[in-house]
Amino acid sequence: MPDVAFWQGNEALAYGALAAGCRFFGGYPITPSTEIAEIMAEELPKIDGRFIQMEDEIAGIAATIGGSIAGSKSLTATSGPGFSLKQENLGLAYIAEIPIVVVDVMRGGPSTGLPTKTAQQDVMQARWGTHGDHGTICYAPSSVQECYDIAIKAFNAAERYRQPVLIMSDEIIGHMREKVVPPVIKPEDLVERKRPTDIPEKFVPYRPDPKDDLPCMASFGDGYTWHITGLTHNDWGFPTNNSDEIEKMMKRLMRKIDRFRDDIVEYETVLTDDADILVLAYGSVARTSLRAVHEARTRGIKAGFFRPITLWPFPDKELEKLARKVKTIIVPELNCGQMVLEVERAVHGKAKVVAQNLVNGELFKPDDILSVIEEVA
Amino acid sequence: MPNQEVFNWLRTRFFPHIWCPGCGHGIIMHSLLRALVNLEKKKTQTVIASGIGCSSRMVGYIDACTVHTTHGRSLAFATGIKLANPELTVIDVMGDGDCTAIGGNHFIHACRRNIDITAIVMNNNIYGMTGGQVSPTTPVGSSATTSPYGAIDPSFDICKLAEGAGASYVARATIANPKQAEQFIQAGINNKGFSVVEILTHCHTQFGRKNKRRTPIDNVNFFKNNSVPLNKAKEMSPEELEGKIVVGEFVKKNIPEYTAQYLAMVERVGGLKNGK
Repeated sequence: MPDVAFWQGNEALAYGALAAGCRFFGGYPITPSTEIAEIMAEELPKIDGRFIQMEDEIAGIAATIGGSIAGSKSLTATSGPGFSLKQENLGLAYIAEIPIVVVDVMRGGPSTGLPTKTAQQDVMQARWGTHGDHGTICYAPSSVQECYDIAIKAFNAAERYRQPVLIMSDEIIGHMREKVVPPVIKPEDLVERKRPTDIPEKFVPYRPDPKDDLPCMASFGDGYTWHITGLTHNDWGFPTNNSDEIEKMMKRLMRKIDRFRDDIVEYETVLTDDADILVLAYGSVARTSLRAVHEARTRGIKAGFFRPITLWPFPDKELEKLARKVKTIIVPELNCGQMVLEVERAVHGKAKVVAQNLVNGELFKPDDILSVIEEVA
Repeated sequence: MPNQEVFNWLRTRFFPHIWCPGCGHGIIMHSLLRALVNLEKKKTQTVIASGIGCSSRMVGYIDACTVHTTHGRSLAFATGIKLANPELTVIDVMGDGDCTAIGGNHFIHACRRNIDITAIVMNNNIYGMTGGQVSPTTPVGSSATTSPYGAIDPSFDICKLAEGAGASYVARATIANPKQAEQFIQAGINNKGFSVVEILTHCHTQFGRKNKRRTPIDNVNFFKNNSVPLNKAKEMSPEELEGKIVVGEFVKKNIPEYTAQYLAMVERVGGLKNGK
């Protein structure tokens, strides 16, 4: 890894994944995420890793889950149309508790939409895209450096909590070039999935450790036989129609994220101590929003900045505390109003929430956001 | 009754199984397990993947590394598993709808890659689990709940499909000849490449009931009376072969296998010394 690099966001994500120990990539070409696949195709064979371009997006995530089942840290990357196709097997990874990382470099939708232009229209799909209930861990990087750092965090979270972890990047972040200083990664910085210590005859594949609600995961080929299924299952991994067993599995799937919520949630605040107006933004929009906040300060407006780094779990408690102090929260998004719903839920009427939406394929300019700040000031 | 060695491969803890009495799927499971015993495979090094449907529930009953995936997608999961660890013996059991309808794309691409996986296609000409809907292998004219006036769309020949797409071993047997099914599965597992073993079975509950093959025995007799070995079929005219089931080994080719090609590439670019 170089000491300093001048990378695109997609490059930083790929090299971050490799630094995190990713050794398997299954995918399918799609703009604007393809650079991630191209780098993995070049780099993985050089370190005895595996790259495979599958026949479609569905197969891309299926192979990725297969790679993880066989013991490799595994990644797939896509954009909106592919993210839609991946939802089916994403559900399987949730219910079967298979760690993988999925990147969506967002572009405009619906359908084929705007392949080469930016958007943030998939953020609710990240939470609710696959059918059925499950906890979600989802990061939104807002710089190229952060693409690298979040790739490592995402793999660590996937391995620790045994589930898919999503990275919602966007076309601006994916294709923007910035200076990156890749941190030196020590083995102790990386999380590896908990392996079973029971003898094979005693291994109960989905029996959770009461300490953390997480079962150990054996890899196919390392001495254990076990059953994986997309059906609702008992601790043996075998399909069940028993209402107690069904409820036990469902509650644990939710609880394993809820109880570690405080460890997972990440956010950034700037100039919030005395702020009257808060601008809440994520991804590429956070960059223009921060500029607008600084500009507002030079004009004597007490503006502050709040950036969720994890979209899910959403930093609701932390935002609610700030909402008691500010008058207005502006939520600029490159969609017709998605995360603003979560903001409204979190602040619960304690501050006025103003949505600012742009869906023309362009990024906000700082002046666009500044004018809304001035309007509400 | 299975012998003790076969019995050792069963998760009897999960019995009773879901199949109807007289279903052919159990015969195929027995043929598969005998092949695994004959080949002295280790359970911890044997992966069996499946999709969705009656056939796909087989993997739950086999004590190996088993993964019951989403409808039609099992070969894509199996491909990931095999590529991540080429040392594993990987088998994929599918139904006709699973393999050739919703999973058709994954099936032809697995054939094309010639990845070392043995696909056992349990063809009963119908969607059994959902109540008897028409499938891509339902014969024209047959009655199904979604073809109540007779199927009008032509059916796939799974073996020809596999051959055309590039599989290196392709064979067909029926549940009326479980020993032959066992031999073909064994040959498929031994083949270093993508192997397709189509085994015709029956769903007397959903297909037979509507198509004059009401009992399991009616179906076994149908297979016995209509099967034609490949060498004999070669001497028969298309008219004589009408309605017949040609059984035998259609393809046995020695062509490059995907994971071997991949590992050779890894070696070429210095990946083995850089290691994991």
